[in-house]
Amino acid sequence: MGIGYKVKKTILYICLIILAITCMLPFILMLVNATRSGAEIAKSFTFIPGSHLKENWDIVFSYFNLFRGFWNSLKVAIPTTILNAYFSSLTAYALAVYKFKGQKVLFYTQVIFMMIPGQLGLIGFYNLVSALKLLDSYIPLIIPAIAAPGTVFFLRQYILSVLPMSLLEAGRIDGARELHMFHKIVMPIMLPGIATMAIGGFIGNWNAYLVPLVLLNSKDKFTLPVMISSLSASTDIAANNGAKYLAIAISIIPICIAFCFLSKYIISSISAGSVKE
Amino acid sequence: MAATKTLNQKKKMRNVNNTAYLMILPFVIVFLIFNVYPVLRTLQISFTNYKGYGDMDFAGISNYVRVFKDKYFWISLWNTIKIWVPNIILQLGLAFLLTIVFSDMKYRIKGLAVFRAVYYLPNIIASTSIAFLFQTLLDWRYGSINIALRQLGIVKGMPINWLGDAHIAPFVISVISAWQWFGNSFIMLMAGVQGINKDYFEAASIDGAGRWTTFAKITMPLLKPIMLYVSITSFIGGLQMFDMPFLMGTVNGNPYGSTQTMIMYLYKFGFATRPKQVGYASAIAYVIFFLILIVSVVQFKVMGQED
Repeated sequence: MGIGYKVKKTILYICLIILAITCMLPFILMLVNATRSGAEIAKSFTFIPGSHLKENWDIVFSYFNLFRGFWNSLKVAIPTTILNAYFSSLTAYALAVYKFKGQKVLFYTQVIFMMIPGQLGLIGFYNLVSALKLLDSYIPLIIPAIAAPGTVFFLRQYILSVLPMSLLEAGRIDGARELHMFHKIVMPIMLPGIATMAIGGFIGNWNAYLVPLVLLNSKDKFTLPVMISSLSASTDIAANNGAKYLAIAISIIPICIAFCFLSKYIISSISAGSVKE
Repeated sequence: MAATKTLNQKKKMRNVNNTAYLMILPFVIVFLIFNVYPVLRTLQISFTNYKGYGDMDFAGISNYVRVFKDKYFWISLWNTIKIWVPNIILQLGLAFLLTIVFSDMKYRIKGLAVFRAVYYLPNIIASTSIAFLFQTLLDWRYGSINIALRQLGIVKGMPINWLGDAHIAPFVISVISAWQWFGNSFIMLMAGVQGINKDYFEAASIDGAGRWTTFAKITMPLLKPIMLYVSITSFIGGLQMFDMPFLMGTVNGNPYGSTQTMIMYLYKFGFATRPKQVGYASAIAYVIFFLILIVSVVQFKVMGQED
């Protein structure tokens, strides 16, 4: 453990820190530039904030109300996450614990659909939604969450590894009804697994772009990503990069704050996903 | 489970199992309507010349013949690969290096939790926001990157046209994607290392194996299933690339179609052109699906056989 060891270790730390800075730098530049005017940004590069936050804010909000985009995204992402979590655990429980006709067929169909890329059915999905007269509505964005093959698969594995069957036997002897048992005994035990899936699902949903882009067409229904993508249509914002940075910053900051509090759970959800395979 | 049961108990189990049907019912209904039906409907549409309205005239396999002859479809596949390959090399390479560093027994690097969170940060943010952020930062005249390069004296004369040059733009998107995804791969690989039984490492160190031998003989082989998983999911994700190139280069994949990916090509005919060519877009969807299927099977076979 001589000097060479210490030097090498320091170099390693420096590299890791540089990489960490690379991850944050674009966001720092974004925050700084959101407070500067378009002309200032074009002229020079700096890390010192400017004084044009208010002007940029006015330009952004005179074009669209980003908070409305937030609200819309929440209106989609929250029910989606809840439906996904509840019905996936219910289905996973039925698949893991009971034996019934058609069980294997259901399981394998579901696994096959897990592998199918979402865009394969996009055209048929749009066609269906349009036939049901549900275009420009949140229903086709929310309801499909009831059937999420990937989540069911993960939770089924999870139940098999954490739920002692003897507990269910005991419940049955006590005369508990099956659904009641699921709600009172099984769901609490499954909670960490459900939370893992729910967090990942919420983020995916919050960031979803292609499907809402295709289905929604009135401006006041746009979710945040669709709203942000309509940014370049505004000549005022396009002409002022400061406003552009601010709009992007407003779209990013809440999820960053949430990440600060939830990073532990989010990271464990990715780890879990990979190890369970 | 295989304990002896009385007749009465068996009967009770049957009733119990019937409630299972009730439990899977919502899933099955929604699954059939919103998963199975759209996929089959797309298949049906792919054999017609449907325009998004009016009749669906049967067109045989003409849409598929057209896909195979369509030069621009194959260019979009090539573009997708051109963006994906540098991306995956950077992304997995970096994740792999980090895994080596953080699992090293000699240097015992601290702060895994913090570094991991920071490296993962770009991944949690919507691609739409990331795309616009980089589009603005990389603007060749007013973007902060070029202005910084000029101020630091690194680039003199003409600024680099990051997103306007057909040779540079696809690579820029690769790098941004790698930046966005390496943290995710790193977490997965690291989870794999932490999942390895500590006994293996102890046994190896008792046998006097060095760090590199341990890494090559124990860590690497045990990480293989996760590497397979990460590379397959990343490849499937890569072939479905849409948000970033679409937002940076519009539906035409500017500059000069160099960033038009396969899904963008599908989107173009299914949703953007007037009149739409929905039948053709559906055929494109199925061709993409089969390409993904073939590649996944090959990848499975190749990586599974190395043992």
